[in-house]
Amino acid sequence: MNNIANKQAICNKLLEASQTDKDIVVLCSDSRGSASLTKFADELPEQFIEIGIAEQNLVTVSAGLASCGKKVFAVSPASFLSTRSMEQAKVDVAYSNTNVTLVGISGGISYGALGMTHHSANDIATMASIPNMRVYLPSDHFQTEKLIEALLQDDKPSYVRVGRNAVDPVYEENNIPFEMDKATLIKDGTDVTLIACGEMVKSAKDAAEILAKEGISARVVDMYCLKPIDKDIVIKAAKETKGIVTIEEHTIYGGLNSQVAQITAQNYPVTVIGMGLPDAPVITGKSQEVFDTYGLNAEGIAKEAKKVLNK
Amino acid sequence: MNLKIKATDLRKDILTLIYKARTGHTGGDMSVIDILTVLYYKYMNVNPENIKDPNRDRFILSKGHASEALYCVLSDKGFFPKSDLDNYSGYGSKYIGHPNNKVNGVEMNTGSLGHGLAVGVGMALAGRMDKKDYRVYAVMGDGEMAEGSVWEAIMAAGHYKLDNLTAFVDRNRLQISGTTEQVMTQDSQEKRWEAFGWNVLSINGNDIDALDAAVGLAKQSKGKPTVVIANTTKGCGVSYMENQAGWHHRVPTEEEYAQGIKELEQRRAQYE
Repeated sequence: MNNIANKQAICNKLLEASQTDKDIVVLCSDSRGSASLTKFADELPEQFIEIGIAEQNLVTVSAGLASCGKKVFAVSPASFLSTRSMEQAKVDVAYSNTNVTLVGISGGISYGALGMTHHSANDIATMASIPNMRVYLPSDHFQTEKLIEALLQDDKPSYVRVGRNAVDPVYEENNIPFEMDKATLIKDGTDVTLIACGEMVKSAKDAAEILAKEGISARVVDMYCLKPIDKDIVIKAAKETKGIVTIEEHTIYGGLNSQVAQITAQNYPVTVIGMGLPDAPVITGKSQEVFDTYGLNAEGIAKEAKKVLNK
Repeated sequence: MNLKIKATDLRKDILTLIYKARTGHTGGDMSVIDILTVLYYKYMNVNPENIKDPNRDRFILSKGHASEALYCVLSDKGFFPKSDLDNYSGYGSKYIGHPNNKVNGVEMNTGSLGHGLAVGVGMALAGRMDKKDYRVYAVMGDGEMAEGSVWEAIMAAGHYKLDNLTAFVDRNRLQISGTTEQVMTQDSQEKRWEAFGWNVLSINGNDIDALDAAVGLAKQSKGKPTVVIANTTKGCGVSYMENQAGWHHRVPTEEEYAQGIKELEQRRAQYE
């Protein structure tokens, strides 16, 4: 199976693009190994800058580089990038409108047993609340590559969050539907809609297969674009199915669930069930163990989907 | 050009702008204006006819609350008409209380302290990557030195030996709540910067000749960034403002305004 981590896909894409585009610059905060950037740093040292363990400086130096015409990718663990340097993201990236892509690696609960300090269960909320900041959570390495290609085509600020581990792909080598800032409809359905983002999309897709065996037609939407979010596909789902389940590796406050509920409430109220991480310290364990605890797996999603239909 | 007269005229412009707009950081504008005068009227390669020239020198006012000083310089240099400042801090104006990059000549938005030097580090790294010989100047306040992010930037500039970067600390020794040493000890700035690998120059920051010499020396530094510890007087040039923390953010009355202009005209006459 073609199974690589999304962060590895980012490195591969940047390495490929940087061979010909000498304005691409990658920065990290003593995170080149964990970001899979060692190869980039070794092969293109003149386009790589080590900032050390200083996330605030990472982001503002990136903005300074971008103001001089560089296409900057600042890579750092999502937990630190999205909170410690949030003000730098707000002021120097978003407000000053610099061509910086903030790449949060090992997002969500990727770090497992390392605990709450290393989890980023609120990065969608923090980043999406900043005017002029875009937020993306790609689902697999195929989509991650498409997203990076698209981001290299524009010069606007963005935040991209990916996980630490290799995940099973959602798409296939020759079938990677992708439109910038438009969610991907993975599977049509008429009973219930499952809207997921990031590495929860695969579980949502698997949940739809479980539901299909029980005669339930589930629509599956890959909402990789959290901001600007694809409102149309949400409203359409509200109108055409009986309710929505959102699934995210994030607190249900201020993330995908909040946004979908806001869109439906304002346009076409339906039941929206939010699946995410609890408003409490997350249990210790490997990613899958943590997901299983909170029902963030195919079986758990299928169970919640049926609640929509039983209402 | 007589830079001392220019700095005095700019002080009058600043006082008038703040008096008319009824808002502004008067004391800090008056302490920093000599630094801006030497940079903008003698050293910096910036041109209002070619604002985005990739070879231009870069300036960041990290102590963004002194925006009136920067706006008065930029309008005087021809980056925008002086009449634009009639709506300074007015409804919908782009000329707000902190530098805004929608304004011609402003490189980056500032206002939250502790950002400007790191922006300068990025600009200096970009200049080195592109083999351009532009220089980068960042002006900070001394109260600002309490921000931890400043030290991250100082560390990185020292590490990367950014000799195309010059920082200034407007060391007027006053911040909103009192003296810097009461609020949070900042001495010795010289030893602190030196320990991080910088070339350190400590001068009277309201002395045009000393500033001129310091910026010239900074350009000669090889393998080290330079910081100019500019020992200044808050409110410099207007007697009743000098060394008064209360003038951090105060607007002159009609009488105070008239007296300030009178004093500045007397000062100008001395330089003619």
